[in-house]
Amino acid sequence: MVKDVLKLLLEGEALATPRMAAVLGATEADVETALEALRVEQTLLGWRPVINPKAVAENQVHALIEVSVTPERGGGFNRVAERISKFDQVETCYLMSGGYDLMVVVRGATLLSIATFVSEKLSTLGGVRSTATRFMLRCYKESGFLIDGGTDEEDRPAVSP
Amino acid sequence: MNDSSPDRFVADHVRSLPRSGIRDFFALVQKMPQAVSLGIGEPDFVTPWNIREAAIFSLEKGKTSYTDNLGLLACRKAVSAYLARVFGLSYHPEKECLIGIGVSETMDTAIRAILNPGDKVLYHEPCYVSYAPGIRLAGGVPLPVPTRPDLEFSLAVEDLEAAWEPGTKALILNFPTNPTGGVVERERLERIARFACEKDLIVLSDEIYAELTYDGEHTSIATLPGMRERTIFLHGVSKAFAMTGFRIGFACAPHEIIEAMMKVHQYAIMSVPIFTQEAAIEALTHADDAVARMRDSYRRRRDFLVRRFNEMGLRCHLPQATFYTFPCVKETGLDEKTFATRLLEKQEVAVVPGTAFGPHGAGFVRASFSTGYEKIETACDRMDRFVGSLRGAAAQ
Repeated sequence: MVKDVLKLLLEGEALATPRMAAVLGATEADVETALEALRVEQTLLGWRPVINPKAVAENQVHALIEVSVTPERGGGFNRVAERISKFDQVETCYLMSGGYDLMVVVRGATLLSIATFVSEKLSTLGGVRSTATRFMLRCYKESGFLIDGGTDEEDRPAVSP
Repeated sequence: MNDSSPDRFVADHVRSLPRSGIRDFFALVQKMPQAVSLGIGEPDFVTPWNIREAAIFSLEKGKTSYTDNLGLLACRKAVSAYLARVFGLSYHPEKECLIGIGVSETMDTAIRAILNPGDKVLYHEPCYVSYAPGIRLAGGVPLPVPTRPDLEFSLAVEDLEAAWEPGTKALILNFPTNPTGGVVERERLERIARFACEKDLIVLSDEIYAELTYDGEHTSIATLPGMRERTIFLHGVSKAFAMTGFRIGFACAPHEIIEAMMKVHQYAIMSVPIFTQEAAIEALTHADDAVARMRDSYRRRRDFLVRRFNEMGLRCHLPQATFYTFPCVKETGLDEKTFATRLLEKQEVAVVPGTAFGPHGAGFVRASFSTGYEKIETACDRMDRFVGSLRGAAAQ
């Protein structure tokens, strides 16, 4: 059941518990139990709708920040990465292979707020050697959903052999 | 009809051919654009992007020419490798494979290539709408064989034996079956194969839904002893790869049969569009994951739909393949056409009367689950109300 619930969650097709129960032919209690198990094992971290960035563009600026870090003996990149991740502005933080170490996705209300965060918070952290900030200009696909990528269903006949 | 009507130009055997029942029902549904349709016989998924992109790239490269009548050799090689990998079949891409316009045209080509006027052809019913008309158009005589609800619409060799007549040349099989979701398990298929050998029949096996098998394993009749040399294996990319609009089907058979089919195909079609063949190559070589994802989704929808039908009192077997359910509506006291028409009028839900797939579909309707959960749920809720209202009316 836990595996089935997880699959449905990943499909994003049936998030409400009653619908998941209906689709899986289980009780709502069964689905709740499975969801709780996923939370406890930290597979399911939380819920968030996928919003078209255009719809909230007035109050949101996104930036990808490439961060180079000096790794620490015994802890590697973890301590710095965890400290960076704790800032509210940071949506996502990945350790990367290649020319820099951490890819940090930051969200702010204005360009200035992100610039301030980078110059005053991020780059001044101990262990951070350098940052390179790339502002996001336009989104074409968000969390698996195409922006303006709807399919024209009109040509599909309602009944076919 | 008066003497100046253009109808006088229409050939007698075409005039006498009935229109598909689907067509009539489609006309009804078309008047109700708000209806929730479970009448769709194609995947609701859009063709995976890598496949669409391959078609676009083909056009970008300027591939706009005819191809070999048999199809692009690269496409036939991809078909051959795919059939070896997925079906355990072995066909020579240069001599034993033909690319056609979907299985419909490929089946028609096969029928026309093998039938002499008056040859009889066994086919099971309820079935896809084109088999009997295709046989008639080729001058053949269709011999329908019922598949039965108590066997979950599998095919019993006893029914084949009962329907067989002297002069029977071919047997058309379509397992998994549209519209019933029926399958034939290996042991039963072996008996059918022995029957075909005893009666010296050529088998035209349309296995277009094979990849959409949810329980058990699909066995192609062409893999059974003695069958490869008497089977025309028909398949395509429409259903499993969600590529109905690309119109790519293929036939694999011994060289002599393919050569005969090539002649019919050559004079009717010339060749299949080159860019859709290029897309098919991508599908057959790089889309297993996409097929698995779609199959997973269909399976869950199937379980949901069948459970809801049985809960509302419409007896429905669990189809082991395809994206069709075939619930029985006899217990409502209505025949399948009245049921489908009234359901459409009262609750704006479209299902297809079983008789659109032949007289043996009487008492059943086809409801497809190639549509999203939300629509399936809405359709089920409305059907539940409709069936409840019939029950209420009967109790008064």
